[in-house]
Amino acid sequence: MTVAKSYRSAEEIGRTTLGPRPVPELGEQRPAADLASVDTVLPNGLRVLAVRHASVPTVELRLRIPFGGTDPLHSARAEVLAETLLTGTTRRDRVAIDTELALIGGELGTAVDPERLSVSGSSLAEGLPTLLDVLADVLIDATYPDNEVARERERLAERIAVARTQPRVIAREALQRRRYGDHPVVREMPEAEDVATVDPDAVRALHAAAVLPRGSVLVLVGDLDPEKVVDDVVAAVGGWSSEKETTPLQPLPDVQGGDVLLVPRAGAVQSQIRLSAQAVPRTDERYAALQLANLVFGGYFSSRLVENIREDKGYTYGAHSGFEFTGETATLDIDADTASEVTAAALMETRYELTRLRVVPPSEEEVAAVRQYAVGSLLISTSSQTGLASQLAALTGVGLGVDWLTGHPQRLQQVTTEQVVAAAREFFAPERFTGVVVGDPDALTDGLAALGGVVLP
Amino acid sequence: MGQIEKFTIDNGLRVVLAPDRAAPVVAVSVHYDVGFRSEPEGRTGFAHLFEHLMFQGSESLEKLAHFRHVQGSGGIFNGSTHPDYTDYYEVLPSAALERALFLEADRMRAPKLTAENLANQIDVVKEEIRLNVLNRPYGGFPWIWLPPVLYETFPNAHNGYGDFVDLEQATLDDCAEFFDTYYAPSNAVLTVAGDFEVSHAKDLVVKHFGDVPARPRPERPSFAEPRPETEKRGTHVDNHAPLPALAIGYRMPDPIGELDAYLAHLVLAGVLTDGDGSRLEQRLVHKDGLVTDISAGAGLFGPFEARDPDTFSITAIHPAEVTDRQVLDAVDDELEKLAATPPTAEELAKVTARWKANLHGEHDKLMSRTLALGSLELLYGDAGLMYELPEKFGAVTPEDVSAAAKALRPDSRAVLLVQPRTQQEDQ
Repeated sequence: MTVAKSYRSAEEIGRTTLGPRPVPELGEQRPAADLASVDTVLPNGLRVLAVRHASVPTVELRLRIPFGGTDPLHSARAEVLAETLLTGTTRRDRVAIDTELALIGGELGTAVDPERLSVSGSSLAEGLPTLLDVLADVLIDATYPDNEVARERERLAERIAVARTQPRVIAREALQRRRYGDHPVVREMPEAEDVATVDPDAVRALHAAAVLPRGSVLVLVGDLDPEKVVDDVVAAVGGWSSEKETTPLQPLPDVQGGDVLLVPRAGAVQSQIRLSAQAVPRTDERYAALQLANLVFGGYFSSRLVENIREDKGYTYGAHSGFEFTGETATLDIDADTASEVTAAALMETRYELTRLRVVPPSEEEVAAVRQYAVGSLLISTSSQTGLASQLAALTGVGLGVDWLTGHPQRLQQVTTEQVVAAAREFFAPERFTGVVVGDPDALTDGLAALGGVVLP
Repeated sequence: MGQIEKFTIDNGLRVVLAPDRAAPVVAVSVHYDVGFRSEPEGRTGFAHLFEHLMFQGSESLEKLAHFRHVQGSGGIFNGSTHPDYTDYYEVLPSAALERALFLEADRMRAPKLTAENLANQIDVVKEEIRLNVLNRPYGGFPWIWLPPVLYETFPNAHNGYGDFVDLEQATLDDCAEFFDTYYAPSNAVLTVAGDFEVSHAKDLVVKHFGDVPARPRPERPSFAEPRPETEKRGTHVDNHAPLPALAIGYRMPDPIGELDAYLAHLVLAGVLTDGDGSRLEQRLVHKDGLVTDISAGAGLFGPFEARDPDTFSITAIHPAEVTDRQVLDAVDDELEKLAATPPTAEELAKVTARWKANLHGEHDKLMSRTLALGSLELLYGDAGLMYELPEKFGAVTPEDVSAAAKALRPDSRAVLLVQPRTQQEDQ
């Protein structure tokens, strides 16, 4: 006996009597509201950028302190400093800091990389004076209690052990060494044995020498009055002062193209493909054109790379290409994680797409789509306080600000297809790229040897 | 804050409109009332695989067209599969509102399900699982490995990402049955939030979704099962993890039927692990130095995203020299203290102020606002609950939190141990 199915076939589901319908045209787009802002440098040398964006009664805070260093132990000391900056002052212990922040719905967190120390936070708008007071207190008077430093050193060693088993961290460290050798920029994460040697006095000394207002930028975004908030900042952090300036990261050398290095990770079931080439920063007149060329290549889901190696071949869950901004320079970085058995093929297709971007350059239609995407996604990401604060913090790192942000849609509108094609031809030559593949050498060596352009172990 | 307009169209589609003209952006989401708890045995991971297929084209849209239309309009998109629902969304410049509604309506009416796209997306999903689970430390911890220890029945216990064997056996016929059963308009909530005018949006919704044919709303099964009557234990060997980890899973009040008690558990989670001054951070991370990090929370993906039964979990990563017994004893000791003596008013004020700020932050990001409105409408029948939560959090008393701590009993829970491969070989 057969039972009639209670559902339609896939083929029946996919059609209606009316048939396919036309996709609606876009309506009229309203521009974003102007941003009221103040961008000023305080007497102590701190740049303050305050922007009113009163969508909700909260504020976002981003402090960026250039934090370069050439001492081999700099990264270990900087990590311990970042982990213990918020653990005590003369006036407050660790719990008191957390309690005061919590009561204003607030948070402060720290992060450090070879370029900068970042303190990021938020709170209810009414709590901003407290948020600034706590921030100023740790900047001026962090004490780095011995017991907190000792405990955070242990935790840091454990976290480093965990992080170094993450494939993306392994790939990132390998790419940095491939691109930059032993330049300080490669020390994104210290060695656990170096962390163990950092004593509280070394951290206090680093704070005194490097946690400085002159060269740093404070960004505040939210339900605030920009003029008034600058006065509040002056009152809070006026006592944070020094004649010395912050230390930027040593200038980076340009990335040189070359063979891809196979980095062994025995037993891996998936490989990390990471490629990189020199690009130009936001301040370069070719930037907007290169931004659009990159989107066409692999900078969004509807890009050539994603449509090829994910949607056609099924080699990867995600492939991306994007800018990495460091100091005054920028690179284009490409990444994809692929199963071992298709890694060589995925690398081949990636190189093919690089060449294709130059030989079959972006069409008018492709440029129109990425232009719309670049303008629209910027509008979306800056429509929230957190998105706007993070965008502005990134821009202030290279001396830019609100004007660049509000002027960028127009720059994108004015780029011609010819300029995008020229950027594609100049920057996407496969020989300009270097990189790494992290994966199981037993599974990868044959395929990568056959492909060529790969340094095998 | 938070004007909300709700209505239901003739085919049963529930609609939530939340206008806000502050920024010229708009978001559209559709929540279907089916998640991975509803997938059949032998088809683990199917609800998520099917989510991928919904992006692969529909009657008016070739493969790739959905992505291109959203992004070519300046927008972003995604979808995600949860225990009890699956959501799809776009955020775009407001000029693209009608286009977004069209795209969602077209795939609700007539998705193009093909064998070729199914095979392609099985490959993509396997890469996603390699990325997030198989090739990294603590992959799937605890959401894949804890439920089979805490729960007995297939819907609650199985791996929602799916086994490769099951994924590879998925057929086009499975897809057709799943769509026709669960993706009926009467089983979905459409949410539109952001920059639009209400009457215009209503017209557009009816224009595009009005002729999606009505189909019966599937009966929603109960996933209820008894609470454990002992401490249940399980071990997961992790090939990549350098340090052991553990997860403690407890059953918690029905998130919908017992909302007040559920909220007390959320506040308890904050008292336990939110910030340096919280109970478990102070005791296990700083004072006793037992664990590297610890966290507690309701729901394995976050709060307000599942029906009963739901899980309260405490997770920690710890050095090999520390035993799981030491960690469990310290956690139990702190829970007993809270059960015996309610937390202070200041402890509660800290947690509720942070919840209030977090809810503002969620409202501020149009994407998370839209998804929250849609999931609250689907699960609670009440999108407006989003704007009542700060007050409801504020109404939780120290005694409520104490009662919640008392309910987290050592003799009715699951303990999952994650063992590094290297450590296991040493033993």
